[in-house]
Amino acid sequence: MKLDRRTFLSIGAGAAAGGAVGSLFTPLPWKLTDDLSIWSQNWPWTPDPARGEVTFAPTTCELCPGGCGVSVRKVKDRCVKIEGADGNPVNDGGICPLGSSGLQILYGPTRIKTPLKRAGKRGEGKWKPVTWDEALGEVAAKLSDLRQKKLAHTAAVYVNGGEGTVNNLFLRLATVYGTPNVFVSRTAWDTYADALLHMQGEYAKPAFDLENSDYILSFGCGIIEGWGSPVRMIRVNAQVAEAGSGKTVVQIEPRLSNTAAKAGKWVAIKPGTEAALALGLCHVIIREGLFNDEFVSTFSQNFEDWVDEVHTEHRGFKRAVLEDFPPSAVEKITGVPRAQVAKLAREFAAAKAPVALFGTGKGEEAGTLYGAMAVHALNALMGRINQAGGVFMLPPDADFNWPAPAMDALAQRSLRENRIDGAGTDRFPLASELPSRLGEVLADPKKPYPLHALLVYAADPAFTLPETEKVLAGLSQIDFVVYCGSQMNDTAAMADLVLPDHTCYEKWQDVPTPPGFARRHIGLTRPVVKPLFSTMQAGETAIRIAKAMGGPVAESFPWSDYIQCLEESMGARLADMKENGFWEAEPDKGPWYTAFKTRTRKFDFAPRIISPAFPDTKILLPTYEALTPAGSESGFPLTLIPYENLRLAAQNVGDTPFLVKTLPDSSLMNQESVVEINPATGKAFGLREGGAAILSTPAGETRVRVHFYPGVAKNTVALPKGLGHIGYDDYLAGKGTNVNALVGLLPDPVTGHNAALIARARIVPA
Amino acid sequence: MSQSSLKPSETPADKNAYAGLWAVVLFAAAVGFYASLLVGWIVFPKLLYSKQNQPIDFNHVVHVGAVDDSCQTCHYFREDGSFAGMPATADCAGCHESMDSLQGENPQEKLFVQDYVEKDQKEVPWFIYSKQPPCVFFSHAAHVFSPKMRQFRDPEYQLPEEEVEEGAYDDTTCHVCHGFIGESEHNRPYEENRITGYSRDIWGENIAGIKKHTWERMKMDDCAECHEKVKGHKEACFVCHK
Repeated sequence: MKLDRRTFLSIGAGAAAGGAVGSLFTPLPWKLTDDLSIWSQNWPWTPDPARGEVTFAPTTCELCPGGCGVSVRKVKDRCVKIEGADGNPVNDGGICPLGSSGLQILYGPTRIKTPLKRAGKRGEGKWKPVTWDEALGEVAAKLSDLRQKKLAHTAAVYVNGGEGTVNNLFLRLATVYGTPNVFVSRTAWDTYADALLHMQGEYAKPAFDLENSDYILSFGCGIIEGWGSPVRMIRVNAQVAEAGSGKTVVQIEPRLSNTAAKAGKWVAIKPGTEAALALGLCHVIIREGLFNDEFVSTFSQNFEDWVDEVHTEHRGFKRAVLEDFPPSAVEKITGVPRAQVAKLAREFAAAKAPVALFGTGKGEEAGTLYGAMAVHALNALMGRINQAGGVFMLPPDADFNWPAPAMDALAQRSLRENRIDGAGTDRFPLASELPSRLGEVLADPKKPYPLHALLVYAADPAFTLPETEKVLAGLSQIDFVVYCGSQMNDTAAMADLVLPDHTCYEKWQDVPTPPGFARRHIGLTRPVVKPLFSTMQAGETAIRIAKAMGGPVAESFPWSDYIQCLEESMGARLADMKENGFWEAEPDKGPWYTAFKTRTRKFDFAPRIISPAFPDTKILLPTYEALTPAGSESGFPLTLIPYENLRLAAQNVGDTPFLVKTLPDSSLMNQESVVEINPATGKAFGLREGGAAILSTPAGETRVRVHFYPGVAKNTVALPKGLGHIGYDDYLAGKGTNVNALVGLLPDPVTGHNAALIARARIVPA
Repeated sequence: MSQSSLKPSETPADKNAYAGLWAVVLFAAAVGFYASLLVGWIVFPKLLYSKQNQPIDFNHVVHVGAVDDSCQTCHYFREDGSFAGMPATADCAGCHESMDSLQGENPQEKLFVQDYVEKDQKEVPWFIYSKQPPCVFFSHAAHVFSPKMRQFRDPEYQLPEEEVEEGAYDDTTCHVCHGFIGESEHNRPYEENRITGYSRDIWGENIAGIKKHTWERMKMDDCAECHEKVKGHKEACFVCHK
């Protein structure tokens, strides 16, 4: 037999057939099938939960100022869930969606894992990892160089708040270094604190005893949308809503927000006119004699007309309000019917424990000083200061007993330079700093001097300041931008050097009292896990920068490390903080005759400013001053307002991937922000539900989607705040529009701080 | 074969060639058949599994003899009822504190103390013979403490009339699934399935999946088989696949 091709193939086929049949008598095909099915379940991206002992570790959430105590559930060394800490006075077991998704920040794939140096163009997202020694050395060298060239004032420091040890370490660094250009993110709480400073003679934070109030009059505060401490506020709202509670929330707001929808009453008002309504309520209360006579006549001043030392007559609060804010005038300004103004005032006065709240949305915008004073005057008229269910004062959480900083001649001299934003000058004498003007100032070719360096801790000016385009352009002009924080936010994306901070699950740090909380409450973050990456506690970073600079700067930081600084700063409080997770102190609930620190020890309805900046007498008599956004009414017939909610983090921390997923189609659709517009207005402008449109303001334009919502007044468009990031990662960046990019600066005529995010706008179908 | 069976073109020589070819093909088929059997039963298992020794050779007999509570001294239940599984190095360090206080002369103990206990109590990367995929929920407590399960293990055990509190487990427990591992003086080599990444013990030593004892396989069907005996049904999917 010849072994030709045919024979060969036949033999091969025979062997194969035999092999195939034979394999059926072996476990091979059956075992392989089983193994392959298991293999197909073992893709590398399939999560494999850690196994091990389940433990709970406490810390304090730092993702917003709310200061909730949290308990992190761990399996072995892996954190698997964040829950609210039971028994914590702020949140007692509750947690918000941002806090509960914090592990996406801890373990997120795009977290900053090591110090980074810019490797491409600014904002391009190209980075080169560097060591901590290199990074800190570079910061110290650049800052020292500026200082030696007597340009210390051209380096600026921007922090997220004025309280807490870490913010204050950066502020101290600025002081001993010698720069007057210190910026602190400005909120409605700061404006209310200013109102207290002027009216009560003491810089203090307001504490609202809402749990014991029976009538909460909210001037636009997003009570269940993140104002104050979100979880606490949701509980307060639930407590009010309970059947038979005898309590109510009245929400004054231009838009039917979640808070308004759940309130006992929603008072629709024209955007930015809340102060006028507050003064209108004061008018009715005074006219009808409903105010607390004991408080007003014995413990207040400048209620009635008064004469100064040079015999000039001044209107008192009473006459000013009676003359200027009758309900008819208030109706014209605010759009709230006069009968409703009177009814609201009577209800407020008739309640047992009423309280008025200030700060629109989450309280992230400064608002106007007169707005805060008008709301506080309303509280004062009813004698709601230092009363159960009313408003109390808390000292700022910055009482650390640090040794006085060592100030050399260089620092003293450069601190006397004018600030770049004009704060404290004759133009803005009542402001100590004006972060909202940063974009405008940096873009101004006539600015007093250029900024050569900017050190940012945890804040996100590139995202949170109005006039985003100017801010970004301004940041690009600064030679050396350093960002210190745990997330690659928009400012970090624009930086030259990023110094990553631990997350609040990896570090020791104090957390200041949550805004508006009824007591002083300093929380403690604790390492739940060892730091996962090459990050450094930001306080430690500040100390090391100072030490690397040497001389008097280093001398002002006598602590060996941040832990020693924290221990010494907290003192005896630390024992409580370690045991319970927080330290608490009741506010001063003293009687009215000891409550006020003004010269006369009385509450001042119309405080007088005595300062060289005001050659003529300056009296802060609360009033309403119309805010006029840029643009003509014919070119921009609509009013653009932002809206906020709990699912959109809009400050220095952005939305986690989980939170983005919770956004409804009425906020974000096809990666585009959705504007709410009244159906009648929308139809008049040729828009359709879900359709694309171009929204323009004098500051810029953007493509949006349209949602018809009768809860917005006619000729108004509402845009969600918290979208449109350039930093972070694919889960958040490039989704939607940043409201700040569409609004111009709208300064408070009294202080210069940004009064509101309101702009004129037009919208056309895309 | 008659002439008529030949096709017009076929010659007797061709016919012989066909027969020869068939014989060769059949032989080839037989070779293929047996080769396949050889591969399937002998070569395949050798290729499928990799073999590794445990990082430390562990003597269960010595340890069981030295402790008071048998298996549960080291393989204990935590306060919350979860099962600790493999003891952590910190647990071992309770006895094997340092090189200065070794318990015996065994070089494996020295290796353990030196490489793990004294190196910040680093965990030993033990290979787990019984590790199941993460899609399986398994509660040791339910299997160990349930009186019905105990009765299954020990037919003489009388079910209590009242609910009993969980307590120590008896010596009839562990081997039902894990075999008499407590009687071993050395660790078996760990064999890992190269495709699935799981231990050979899950499918069982026998490549055909045949077992004689309950501890010789840990596949889903084996769980179901036991559940059927104890509870009368094989259970719904979500009982184990949460």
